[in-house]
Amino acid sequence: MLGFFIQLTVSSSEIWQTYGLGFLASRDWDPVNDHYGALPSIVGTLVTTAISLLIALPLAFSAALYLVDARPLVGEILGHAIDLLAAIPSIIYGMWGLFVLAPLMQDYVEPFLVETLKLNTLPVVGKYVGSDYNGFGLLTAGIILSIMILPYICAILRDVFLMTPPMLRESAYGIGCTKWETAKDIILRYGIRGILGAVFIGLGRALGETMAVLFVIGNIMDMPENLLSGATTIASTLANNFPEADGLQRSALFALGLVLLVMSFSIQILAQYYLHATSAKRGEER
Amino acid sequence: MAIKIQTKNLNFFYGEHQALFDNDLTVEEKAITAVIGPSGCGKSTHLRVYNRIFELYREQRAEGEVLLDGKNILDADVDVLELRRRIGMIFQKPTPFPMSVFENVAYPLRLHYKLSRSELGDRVRQALIDASLWDEVKDKLKSSGLALSGGQQQRLCIARAIAVEPEVLLMDEPTSAIDPVATLKIEELMFNLKQHFTIVIVTHNMQQAARISDVTAFFYKGKIIETGATKQIFTNPRNRKTEEYITGRFG
Repeated sequence: MLGFFIQLTVSSSEIWQTYGLGFLASRDWDPVNDHYGALPSIVGTLVTTAISLLIALPLAFSAALYLVDARPLVGEILGHAIDLLAAIPSIIYGMWGLFVLAPLMQDYVEPFLVETLKLNTLPVVGKYVGSDYNGFGLLTAGIILSIMILPYICAILRDVFLMTPPMLRESAYGIGCTKWETAKDIILRYGIRGILGAVFIGLGRALGETMAVLFVIGNIMDMPENLLSGATTIASTLANNFPEADGLQRSALFALGLVLLVMSFSIQILAQYYLHATSAKRGEER
Repeated sequence: MAIKIQTKNLNFFYGEHQALFDNDLTVEEKAITAVIGPSGCGKSTHLRVYNRIFELYREQRAEGEVLLDGKNILDADVDVLELRRRIGMIFQKPTPFPMSVFENVAYPLRLHYKLSRSELGDRVRQALIDASLWDEVKDKLKSSGLALSGGQQQRLCIARAIAVEPEVLLMDEPTSAIDPVATLKIEELMFNLKQHFTIVIVTHNMQQAARISDVTAFFYKGKIIETGATKQIFTNPRNRKTEEYITGRFG
């Protein structure tokens, strides 16, 4: 871990000397004039990750809730089907995204969001929706990522539901809760640690995913203007540019790698810290 | 005394396995009915039919009639959520929800009624008073329900159950995980509660049944062997099996 850290820091020293921390806040990525800034990649990474979690969490929650109570055969088949999503290599997701999802997004989903739901007329957030239907961009990448992290989150949530003491579930039903109320008010709170763990695992995977995103995000090195615009993420910038990079650009790419490493690492630390804090608190209570 | 619950030919199945056989039992209103019998005799199973909690499990099924004020609660048209408001349940172990003391009691109230903030506060307070817990928790309503002692947690569960003004309280070995002093407190509490509620308690502890109940039913291998006034059952049982059980010859 430390080794990676040192290697990336050393290899990227040139960029830090040239721009300082301004590298992180700069929007320009212009190899012709040898200007480099990290902001578009960082924003792209954060937004695609956020979209993927927003989509995957509720889906995984409902799926897990259904699966633990489903008829044994149905539950097993569907459960395995979801688990198998994790076995698909990310390049396959990328190809599927390119040839199936992106055209679908362009022809149906994006027009539906804009023309039927009129999301772009919403106050404040409306202008970040966009109206260029090209099928590639932040939203498409977020959707691909959500499918990729779904099995991980779903598997952990299923365990959380199964680990809830039956008597606690029965008491919730016993005071007249519906299935949904039991899940969201009682089981969710009881399993909050496990659920956060699931979120962090999903987050970690979504942050670093490269191939699948590369195929559908559009790889545009500008600041994304809205959900439908092409963009880039740290990982896909690295994969795209390393082969022909040298000098300052090479250093900039190493710096981006360092940023990604720091991001994933901080999430891990935060997660550990949070889990530790809540478990210490629970310990007192018992 | 009036009849609150009456079961007729109640049979119960776990998949293929039959656990209850033609149970006929009458539960009197505002009295404590104790259900006793050796482990695995079906006493908890019997209790779990009254609020249809067994339906959470696909393979479990009940046949026959359970009349609550004359209406069969096993009928398909019964509103199960309302049924569970009318029939509260207390479990073997305290099961406080992972939320504050106040929220534990407020939660079911919000589920079943639309109350203003002050009404909600009043009802929570009253429920905690009725469960003899108010004095011990009034200064820590905001701390977690899990922070209370075992006996307090169980009384919190009782407060939670009685807050929605049920008519019947089902207690499935409510003191089996609790120390003797706390058990005594809960027994006293049950004595007060029976002025307002019909109580059915499953218990392993024969002294407990003798101390607190008005009517006792003895279960053996899924059948109701004998029912009668508690005094009569414990001093002058009619059935030989009952006598053997209460004198401790098996169980």
